[in-house]
Amino acid sequence: MSQIKIVNLQKSFGDFTAVKNSNLTINDKEFFVLLGPSGCGKTTTLRMIAGLELPTSGEIYLGDEEVGMLRASERDIAFVFQLFALYPHMNVRNNLSFPLKMQGYKKSDIKNRVEEAAKLLRIDHILNSNISSLSGGDRQRVALGRALVRRPKAFLMDEPLGTLDAEFRELMCLELKKLHLDIGATTVYVTHDQLEAMSLADRIAVMDGGEILQADEPNIIYNKPKTKFVASFIGSPGMNFFEVNEGISKDQSFVNIEGAKFHIPKQLEESKGSKNFFGIRPENLTLNNNEGLKGSVFGVEYLGSRKIITVKTSLGEIKVKTDISVDVKLNENVQVKPSNNNIIIFDGETDKSLNSEFIK
Amino acid sequence: MDTSRSYLEPSSFSKKIAAAIIIVYAVITLIPISWMVMTSFKNVDSAISYPPEVLFEPSLEGYVNLFTNRSRQSQEYLDSLPPPENWYEELVRSREMVITGPSKFLGRYSNSMIIGFGSTFASVFLGALAAYAFSRFRVPLKDDLLFFILSTRMFPPIAVAVPIFIMYRKLGLGDTHLGMIILYTVVNLSLAVWLLKGFMDEIPKEYEEAAMIDGYSRLQAFFKVVLPQAMTGIAATAIFCMIFSWNEYAFAVLLTQFNAQTAPPFIPTIIGEGGLDWPAIGAGTTLFLLPVMIFTIILRKHLLRGITFGAVRK
Repeated sequence: MSQIKIVNLQKSFGDFTAVKNSNLTINDKEFFVLLGPSGCGKTTTLRMIAGLELPTSGEIYLGDEEVGMLRASERDIAFVFQLFALYPHMNVRNNLSFPLKMQGYKKSDIKNRVEEAAKLLRIDHILNSNISSLSGGDRQRVALGRALVRRPKAFLMDEPLGTLDAEFRELMCLELKKLHLDIGATTVYVTHDQLEAMSLADRIAVMDGGEILQADEPNIIYNKPKTKFVASFIGSPGMNFFEVNEGISKDQSFVNIEGAKFHIPKQLEESKGSKNFFGIRPENLTLNNNEGLKGSVFGVEYLGSRKIITVKTSLGEIKVKTDISVDVKLNENVQVKPSNNNIIIFDGETDKSLNSEFIK
Repeated sequence: MDTSRSYLEPSSFSKKIAAAIIIVYAVITLIPISWMVMTSFKNVDSAISYPPEVLFEPSLEGYVNLFTNRSRQSQEYLDSLPPPENWYEELVRSREMVITGPSKFLGRYSNSMIIGFGSTFASVFLGALAAYAFSRFRVPLKDDLLFFILSTRMFPPIAVAVPIFIMYRKLGLGDTHLGMIILYTVVNLSLAVWLLKGFMDEIPKEYEEAAMIDGYSRLQAFFKVVLPQAMTGIAATAIFCMIFSWNEYAFAVLLTQFNAQTAPPFIPTIIGEGGLDWPAIGAGTTLFLLPVMIFTIILRKHLLRGITFGAVRK
C-alpha cells in the first residue's frame, strides 16, 4: 500500500482540456473520493493514475516511484470498472485467478489466494459459476475480488456502484467501507453521487471543468465549501444563495437585505466586487412571523423526520429544512432568518468563499 | 380472443406464412443440389437419359471414375487378367476397362483444402488485427483508410486478372499454393476488416483495459480477452472467406495448372468416353460441397449464440 501523489497533472484531447493542472496527495490507506458532475475530469484523472490514459504533462507518484508514463500493466494497481468488465468467457474462479496467472504464481498459491479473497467477499459458493448467471451484486463482488487477489499498491474504482439498484447500492456501500477497514488499502473512488461520496470517503475532492476545487474531509466540504460550485453540488436540497448587491468589507458583521438585517460571521477578508452571494444551507434557516426576509410559502415537502418548505421571496425561492412540528399552509406569509452564523459569503467575481470567523 | 401471447410476438398465422415461404425457398435452392447428388449416384447412361430419370438404380460408378484413370481394353485382354480383387475393379471391368492408376482429383482436392483454409486463416487473422486497430486506436486518416480498403471490393477481382497474371509470373508465384493463398487473402481481407471491425466495436474496451491492469500486454489482452469474445464475428467472417476462396474459379483457371490447381477448374475437365462424364462430375461437386457444409455447421452455434450476453450491464 502506498501514497499517491499527483503533481501539475494535465490532460488534453485535442483542443479540449479534460484535466487542468491538478495537484493532489492521497495518503496511504486513505479512502479518497473524486466527486463531480459528468465531464468534470474525475474519470480521466483516475484513468491517468491507472495508466489507461497518459498525461499530457505532469507527474504521478505511486509510493516513491514516478509512474506517469508507465504502462498500466507495470503499475501494480487494481481497477474496478463501472461495467465490471468481468471476462464473460471465463467462470468466476478463472476471472479471479487471471491477474495472478500473469505474475507467475504457483498453481496452489493461486488457488489459496483466490479462495481467500472469495471467502472475504462471500462469493466462495459461486466460484465455479458462469459470469452470465450471476446477479448484479455478485458480479460486483467478483469484480472487487479480481482487484483484491493481486494485493496491489492501490485500488481505483470508477463508479463501481453506478449500475446497481438503489437498495443494493446502499448495502454494497456498507460492504465497501467495511472491506476498506479490513484490508486498509489506499483507494481512489470516482462517483457523481454525493451521498455515496459522503458515506464512504475519508476525504473528498470536488472537481468541475477539469479542476480540483477542494479536497477535504466530508464535513468540511459540506460546512465550509471553498467555492460556490462546491457549495451547490453538495447537499440535498442544495444550498440557498442570496444575491447581495453590495461589497463586503473586512470586519463587517451584518448586512441588510431587502429590509432584513442579517448577522454574518465576522469577515476577515473583503470582497473584490460589489456583487456577492450569501450561501445558507436549508437546515440553518428558520421560519417566523416577525423578523427576516419576507415571503410566502410556495411548497411543502414532507420527508418523514423533516420538512422542506419552499418560500417565495423577492430574492427567489428559498428552501428551509424545518422540524416536523412546524405547521405552515400554502401561500401563508412568513419570514425567513438564519438560525446560526453558518453563513458563507461567496465573492461574486471569483466564486470563492470569503474568509471569515466561521470558515477560517 | 387469444390473449396468451404478447403483442410483440407474431400471430400463429403469420408464423405459418413465414414457414411456407422458407419451405418454398428451401425447395428451390435444394433442387439443383439434390439433382447434383442424384447424378453422382447414376451411371453414365441414366445420367444423360431423356426424359430424366428421377428413380434409378444407384451406382458408385461416378465416384470410381472420379478417383481413377481407366483405359478401354479388348475382351481377350480382359479375359487374360486375374479375377478382379475388389468391387471397384469389378465395376470398371464390367465396362470393358482397366484401372491404370489414381486420378488427379485427390491432389486437386487437397490443394483446395490447403488454399481455402490457409487463406481463410490468414484473412481472419490479419483482418482481426486490422479491425482491432481501427476500432481502438486513433489511426490517422482512419475513415479514408477504411474507405480505401473497401474500395478494393468495388470492381470484380477478375478485372485485375491480367496485371496479376504478369506479376505472379515475374515473382514466380504462378501455380503455387502460397501465391493462391496470398491472392485469396488479399481479396477477402477488405471484407474481413469491415465485418470484424463491426464486431470489435461492440466489445467494450473495458475488457482489455481490465486485462492490461491485471498485468497483461495489449497483445496478450487481445488474444486472451478480445478474440474469445469476438468468436461470433470471427466465425461469420471465416465462413464468408472460406466460401469465396473455396468456390473461386476464374483466378484458379488463370493462375494454376498443375501444382496448385484447385478442384473448381479441375472438375469440369473430367472427360469420359464420348463427352463429359456427368456422374463423375456430380461425384466431384458433391464431395466438393461437403467441407464448406461441415465448416458452416461447426461454426453455426457461434453465429447464433452471443457469448458476451449478460456479462456487461449497460
